[in-house]
Amino acid sequence: MKVLVAVKRVVDYNVKVRAKGDGSDVDLNNVKMAINPFCEIAVEEAVRLKEAGVATEVIAVSVGEKPCQEQIRTALALGADRGIHVEAEGRIEPLVIAKLLKGVVEKEQPQLVILGKQSIDGDNNQTGQMLGALTNMPQGTFASEIKVEGDKLNVVREVDGGLQTISLSLPAIVTTDLRLNEPRYASLPNIMKAKKKQLDVYSPADLGVEVTSHITLVRVEPPAERQAGIKVEDVAQLVDKLKNEAKVIS
Amino acid sequence: MSTLVIAEHDNGSLKPATLNAVTAAQALGADIDILVAGAGCAAAGDEAAKIAGIGKVLVADNAAYEHQLAENVSLLIAEVAAAYDNVVAPATTNGKNIMPRVAALLDVAQISDVTAVESADTFKRPIYAGNVIATVQSSDARKVITVRTTAFDAAAAEGGSATVEAVSAVHDAGLSSFVGEEVAVSDRPELTAAPVVISGGRGMQNGDNFKLLEGIADKLGAAIGASRAAVDAGFVPNDMQVGQTGKIVAPDLYIAVGISGAIQHLAGMKDSKVIVAINKDEDAPIFQVADYGLVADLFDALPQLESAL
Repeated sequence: MKVLVAVKRVVDYNVKVRAKGDGSDVDLNNVKMAINPFCEIAVEEAVRLKEAGVATEVIAVSVGEKPCQEQIRTALALGADRGIHVEAEGRIEPLVIAKLLKGVVEKEQPQLVILGKQSIDGDNNQTGQMLGALTNMPQGTFASEIKVEGDKLNVVREVDGGLQTISLSLPAIVTTDLRLNEPRYASLPNIMKAKKKQLDVYSPADLGVEVTSHITLVRVEPPAERQAGIKVEDVAQLVDKLKNEAKVIS
Repeated sequence: MSTLVIAEHDNGSLKPATLNAVTAAQALGADIDILVAGAGCAAAGDEAAKIAGIGKVLVADNAAYEHQLAENVSLLIAEVAAAYDNVVAPATTNGKNIMPRVAALLDVAQISDVTAVESADTFKRPIYAGNVIATVQSSDARKVITVRTTAFDAAAAEGGSATVEAVSAVHDAGLSSFVGEEVAVSDRPELTAAPVVISGGRGMQNGDNFKLLEGIADKLGAAIGASRAAVDAGFVPNDMQVGQTGKIVAPDLYIAVGISGAIQHLAGMKDSKVIVAINKDEDAPIFQVADYGLVADLFDALPQLESAL
């Protein structure tokens, strides 16, 4: 089967992002960018399916400005066969990304689409589900285990009370949770080889999608600062403070 | 103006998250109805009718909705939503699973994890793991919103007398089916609703040592949580994880034991009223957000704490 994996270029997860002084946006100048951690898990799962002989081809797709081709190359170095870049400027909302991905799905006809459950910049957790609605495909969100069984896909999902297993008819959409797998590192020879792999570039117009905006960013601000705390000497003092000063225990 | 709140329930009873979503819906300043979709969910519907300030409760009782499969329930909500200006659900795994599908069916954007309602079209929500608070304005005629339950008080569960109406629409997309579930059993309060939470991290060293937290949790009526490091190391199951990718909690008291305080963990607990950190590394970032910090070996401190309570 053909597997499509969506990857997003985001701020590296170790970077502590700050709002700009004028509150217009976050400050992303000279900040290290990387592939979104959940997308990395998605790529890994697709590559493992290929290694297991289940998938025949893995295509990595990314929506965004030109530099996100770096993240597509990373996915290629990790084992994806070819890449697709949908070039779009500015702040693209999940609904538009889902529409663009739908265009790619119609072109490529994959049996399985794997996305991360959320990107660590917008924290939206929407795109996979929206793509499901637009393509009328079933969804296995927050997946911690997937297994292809004939024309069905069994997905173990991480839900609030524990784990839930559902069965989806293929083609289907899966969004990855952290425990689905441990992504591998790209080796230097594979990074070199990835440079030669095919990477097609589409515009939104090629996919018949108009880039619109439903949401305006009014301002950004840092979260309320917590008052500096104190260090206590020992357990007795801690319990005393909690009882008599903070009054959170009795 | 009217708002539809999607109830979170297990067919037999309503989950507390629904009450927080109702409070957020009230801030939109419109009449509120509740949709209860499930199978054999009449009891949950009756409970919803008692919530103060509700106009009517719509109950869609059909086998197709039993396990809240997103493919079926989203079609139902999208149909019912045609008569409403806003659709609001709590940002639980269920709400997160279903609502974006609803938004796409309605061709509108979704605003996720709202922490404050500024006006009927303007909302605050955390981005970048809670390091930045964004104020966003929606230009959609119909708004689809999920709310962070810890940011809104619970609405009064009693005192209302809404009318209950049956919804007959049946949507079975036939794309998915429920196979089974593994529910973690616990006598303790639910993590997201507990007044006190005590969490262990990598410093706990193994799963058995989490027993050290149990005695303290019993004395405080606390829920037990964990950092991602503790979950990934297999110490405890993943539904105990507090953080950006786990559960978001905001208890009166949060006790972090053997947790360094990575950005992703802080995103899940830094709105707690009082934070206590017990860690032997005095440079651990957790001390920057802790109201009370104790630099000590947790294996000495925990038994002392238990006996002092």
